[in-house]
Amino acid sequence: MTKSVAEQVIAIIAEQALIEPEDVKRDATLEDLGIDSLGLVEAVFAIEETFDVSVPFNANAPMESDFDISDVGSIISAVEKLVATAGD
Amino acid sequence: MSRQRAIDASMRRVVITGQGAISALGLTADETLEGMREGRNGLTTLEFQDTERLSIRIGGQIKPYDPALRFSRQEITLYDKFTQFALIAADEAMAQSGLVLTEELAAEAGVVLGTAGGGLQTQDENYRSVYEDGKNRVHPFVVPRLMNNAAASHVSMRHNLQGPSFTVATACASSNHAMGQAYSLIRGGASKVMLTGGSESMLCFGGIKAWEGLRVLSKDGCRPFSANRNGMVQGEGAGVFVFEEYEHARARGANILAEVIGYAMTSDASDIVMPNKRGAKRAIAGALRNACVDGSAVGYINAHGTGTAANDKTECAAVREVFGAHADRLMISSTKSMHGHLIGGTGAVELLACIMALRDGVIAPTINYDEPDPDCDLDVVPNEAREAEVDVALSNAFAFGGLNAVMVLRSI
Repeated sequence: MTKSVAEQVIAIIAEQALIEPEDVKRDATLEDLGIDSLGLVEAVFAIEETFDVSVPFNANAPMESDFDISDVGSIISAVEKLVATAGD
Repeated sequence: MSRQRAIDASMRRVVITGQGAISALGLTADETLEGMREGRNGLTTLEFQDTERLSIRIGGQIKPYDPALRFSRQEITLYDKFTQFALIAADEAMAQSGLVLTEELAAEAGVVLGTAGGGLQTQDENYRSVYEDGKNRVHPFVVPRLMNNAAASHVSMRHNLQGPSFTVATACASSNHAMGQAYSLIRGGASKVMLTGGSESMLCFGGIKAWEGLRVLSKDGCRPFSANRNGMVQGEGAGVFVFEEYEHARARGANILAEVIGYAMTSDASDIVMPNKRGAKRAIAGALRNACVDGSAVGYINAHGTGTAANDKTECAAVREVFGAHADRLMISSTKSMHGHLIGGTGAVELLACIMALRDGVIAPTINYDEPDPDCDLDVVPNEAREAEVDVALSNAFAFGGLNAVMVLRSI
């Protein structure tokens, strides 16, 4: 069975946070999960590789990037949007 | 060593009697300084193979650059670009110093250079050739071209420097660490003359592609301390100086550009990429202690000032904590805004700005400064060079890996 975008994003985040995917809550922030700046760029890289998309994320201005990382749910939505656009 | 000689050695002073450079601002130290005075933006569209596959396409690339104007065909076969840059800067510095090395002096004169990537261009070209083009043979000089000590070795051969010579690699602080070693060697009596500085040439497909991964590069410009900064921009080039024992320089009537009066290095021991205020602060304060000067004597700091969110904020906070109220009276600028970040060569090119401040009373600006940032509320000499009298200047370098090195210079 193919995994949904959300499941795959959660798996990527879980791997960075060193926890099980079922422990990744959608309202958790990266800080809650103990993911630092390096963990974040690694996760962004994994997302790009998994979905073959280009994530508009600049580590200097994470809040201004067109990629919302405020919590797990927002990252999932952002990736879903990118995947949908990539299919156009 | 007798006790008296040991005491004499501890009194040795170190001065700079020659400077040379090549950067996006110019092919010599004077041209580079002219660019800094004018507040010229040396960052342009990158031109090399496969730039269309990069998402970052700007940099402080030296243009036009034709190695054939400076080197023979055989030399070009043997010299990676980072070696070429070091040789060009070293020739200029030696010529300016007017030094003639006797056999006795040559035996102790050495060269300590910084670089982070070494012969990265050579690696990039040859990996492309074996992996992408499927070739099964590379040029026989690949190893002597790519090794990190190639530049220092060729400078030593060209100028007959037979004393202590080596290469220092501490990422963005390589040049400052190198110059600190050269300073210590003269101060400690091991040598009367050292060529020192650093060189870098990472502007190639693999070099930029690797940096893209960290997502700290700006796509549109280097704006240190400005609220709208969005990352660093890479540069390339070299800076080389002649460091000389003061009495030796005076005895031969050398033109002394500045005195190196102190140096300190620290390690954050905390994070492989994030800067650390405490480590930066300890390096600055340590350098002032080593130089035996009070913070209030410092008129100018050449900042590390990369233009990343993290560095600029941390650096300003460290400066504030070390200098207290005097932080509002000193000037601090980042010339990376003009020549880009030369990584292992950056401290050397930036030392030029310190010498210009001390010698000519001209403070290089931080260009592209658009919006004040409350986290960087120091006098960053925005956009235009300024005339001011400065007696003591500092040059900061805070590297990836948390390795910091700060130099202190005084006018003479």
